[in-house]
Amino acid sequence: MKYLTILAALISPMAALADPPPADWDAVLAEAKGETVYWNAWGGSTTTNDFLAWVGERVSEDYGVTLEHVKLTDTADAVTRVLSEKQAGQNDDSAIDMIWINGANFAAMKDADLLFGPYAEQLPNWALVDVEGKTVQTDFTVPVEGYESPWAMAQVVFVQDTADMPERLGSMQALQEWAQANPGRFSYPQPPDFLGTTFLKQVLVDILPDPSVLEAPATDENYDEVTAPLWAYLDALTPNLWREGKAYPATGTAMFPLIADDEVDLSISFSPGAASTAIANFELPETVRTFVLDKGTIGNASFVAIPYNSGSKAGAMVVANFLMSPEAQARAQDPAILGYGTVLNMDALSAEERAVFDGLDLGVATLTPAELGTVQAEPHPSWAVRIADDWVSRYGVAQ
Amino acid sequence: MKARRFLPLLPMITLLAMIGPVLAGLYGAVLPAFGHLPAAGLFGPSLAPFEALFAWQGLPRAMFLPVWIGLASTTISLLIVALIMAGWSGTRSFTVLERMLSPLLSVPHAAAAFGFAFLISPSGWISRALSPSVTGWDRPPDLLIVQDPWGLSMIAGLVIKEVPFLMLIALAAIGQVDTKRSAMIVQALGYRRLTGWLKTVFPLVYAQIKFPIYVVLVYAMSVVDVAVILGPNTPSTLSVQIVKLMSDPDLGMRLQAAAGALVQLFLVIGALGFWLIMERVVRRFGLAWIGTGQRGKYDTITWQIGLVLALFCAFSVSFGIASLAIWSFAGYWGFPDFLPDQFILKNWMRHSDGTLEALGETVLIGSVATLTALALTIGCLEAEYRYKLRVTSRGMLLLYLPLLVPQTAFLPGLQTLMLNVGLGVGRGPVIFAHLVFVLPYVFLSLADPFRAWDARMGTIAAALRASPDRVLWSVRLPMLLRPILTAAAVGLAVSVGQYLPTLLIGGGRIETLTTEAVALASGGDRRAIGVYGLMQTAAALVPFSLALLIPAIVWRNRRGLRHG
Repeated sequence: MKYLTILAALISPMAALADPPPADWDAVLAEAKGETVYWNAWGGSTTTNDFLAWVGERVSEDYGVTLEHVKLTDTADAVTRVLSEKQAGQNDDSAIDMIWINGANFAAMKDADLLFGPYAEQLPNWALVDVEGKTVQTDFTVPVEGYESPWAMAQVVFVQDTADMPERLGSMQALQEWAQANPGRFSYPQPPDFLGTTFLKQVLVDILPDPSVLEAPATDENYDEVTAPLWAYLDALTPNLWREGKAYPATGTAMFPLIADDEVDLSISFSPGAASTAIANFELPETVRTFVLDKGTIGNASFVAIPYNSGSKAGAMVVANFLMSPEAQARAQDPAILGYGTVLNMDALSAEERAVFDGLDLGVATLTPAELGTVQAEPHPSWAVRIADDWVSRYGVAQ
Repeated sequence: MKARRFLPLLPMITLLAMIGPVLAGLYGAVLPAFGHLPAAGLFGPSLAPFEALFAWQGLPRAMFLPVWIGLASTTISLLIVALIMAGWSGTRSFTVLERMLSPLLSVPHAAAAFGFAFLISPSGWISRALSPSVTGWDRPPDLLIVQDPWGLSMIAGLVIKEVPFLMLIALAAIGQVDTKRSAMIVQALGYRRLTGWLKTVFPLVYAQIKFPIYVVLVYAMSVVDVAVILGPNTPSTLSVQIVKLMSDPDLGMRLQAAAGALVQLFLVIGALGFWLIMERVVRRFGLAWIGTGQRGKYDTITWQIGLVLALFCAFSVSFGIASLAIWSFAGYWGFPDFLPDQFILKNWMRHSDGTLEALGETVLIGSVATLTALALTIGCLEAEYRYKLRVTSRGMLLLYLPLLVPQTAFLPGLQTLMLNVGLGVGRGPVIFAHLVFVLPYVFLSLADPFRAWDARMGTIAAALRASPDRVLWSVRLPMLLRPILTAAAVGLAVSVGQYLPTLLIGGGRIETLTTEAVALASGGDRRAIGVYGLMQTAAALVPFSLALLIPAIVWRNRRGLRHG
């Protein structure tokens, strides 16, 4: 393990600032002791909140780092905050030390030089991360370059109430036909909500004969042509949506109460284990199961990033490293706790560590890694932005 | 001597505490609205943000909605309050009604809206009570009730919350109006109770409560949390759209948000202007109606309608809160079950640590802000009384600035300002930011009763050689105990309900019951919302019960000071 750290130190460019050098892990640990890390993370899910509280207890025990979870309704609030601080010249003690981030928020912060790094690939536990099999070095096609470290994998799954809808659906075309036969029983969160936009991307990826065009940025020339099938699909789907598409659930988690209320039979989720967790917490009926499409579904990683002006960078790195530890990853994967996918490479773990993962009861509604099938890459963020904007003008202002 | 030199300065200090932050924050909104945001590498001036905003197809609707919802909900609330007070004040039923409505004021808007949404939605409590026995539904019908395009459920959700608010303000004001003798005289002249009250007492009461009414109008037009829960979302109201734009990862969108904030400001000013015109119109018609000398043919049916509407408000909020309570203990609870499968303590145990911490924070911030506001307000009013510093109408407008300007317009600018002067983030600045909103409400609740105090009492006391300070402490304040406690309760409720100032100025580090509850509301977890909503309600309920209880106990042997 030690030579890896030294190797990383040799490769990494020298940090220009007087920030803790990520490669000198002992120095990081020493500096981290006694620091308080304000982790800004979405606070809308009680299970996630509980997990973050547990992480706080553990890093306090092992490393003397105090972790405070600042609960956000929207990650962009944190981006705004760091921007305001930069505007005000607050360059050394941000209110934010760590952000749960990915996708467009990451791209915006990295672009505006609001992030500390690179640090992720110098963390000791990086050696355990599954760099080959999981999309941890690109974030929605944007190169990560060590400016954020991964801690969970997410993949689109469809959540169905088998009491009303016994069969799974194999494709978006099948969903269209099912919605025609069962009007008003499906909805998706209102774009530009993250999960709602993901649904639109999932439609596009599934109905395009060759979705590889989505890997490059959208251009004015190809955008209309590529997305035309999506709008045709949605024009046909919308009248058959819940409330005929005149109202949409605000967020992804707002979908589960709709299933429990029997208002809809089908929904989507970005967390393969969330349905099992919700059943255990009485938030979903026991008849709920999940499925993925025949061609697979979109997946991506959740990251944490450190603002350039954090006053507790060492503490934040310690937390980021702990999040990638087998202990934290196994707990996150436990559906009774959180049910998030791991970012670790099982082959890099010791037999003992692996046994913990193998021993997890994934829950009645959770697909095994094999059943989850192929993970489709996220399209370039430029597609999501334009599609979400277009959606708003086409369906978001319908009377 | 010291007090004499300090007291005349108080009005200035108070105004500065209220409008300084607003003006600074607005300055921070105007610049980006015209394309100037150096931090994002954008330099103005340009009209591009407005052009981009006007290019959004949803804008006409998003501008229409707040105006319609604001005017409709305010008018309906005022009508209901007038009908209840007119038809029932002084009766035994009124005392019951007052006891039912007053606690509802303390229920935070977000909690009430959430409970109300669960009552009226197609899979809600009313539908469950009737299904499948009456309706035959074994699954909820696909009806657009909550979030309807006309904002009707949002109007209803606002009305059920504003009626208790206006009721309490009117009750505080009515003590300053000689209602009993007016009522006696008009009844002696053969007027029915309701008509007589509307013709003689209502104009006096309205003059005392018109400022709170404007506040209700402005609030209804710019509210975010209620609009998110009950309001339409294709498109949503302008203030929701502003918040969405503010939180867009594309920093350029903040320019559009700033432009939207200015549009929202003009909408609010326009609606207030319309309301002022309507006041005159109604006055003309009212005078003509008084002139006809009608004694009240339709009184019975009208006051019964008033009672039904008031009961609707009381029951909607109460059952909404009851549903939150049940959710907080609920195991699995599917449609069409009227009650959950089982009751569990897990939800409360899971949230006990978090809620207690947040409760402590909420109480601390609320009490400091409210006490400061109360001290400043009483100081101002006393200075005004002693030195005859009559507050001009322009002065009143300044008082209104924090309530007139949508929070989303000036808070981010304020945040930057506080960082610039090294105030940083934390509890102190949050209390300061709360004071900006608490102060006007406290001032508005207290000013009219304070000014309407019978100054002859002061003259009598002075004739008995009491100093001005002694008159204040021994005569005036004790006599005004009830309005003062009401103002304090209003101040606390305002502080408890503050979401955006706590989040933005606190840098997210200050966790109150409201920030926690709204964060959870976005996730739709009704069990957690139930726990936090109940705690939030309790935090505001206790002060209000005290505001009713203490005067009743202290003045149990002074009938004229109890007012009902």
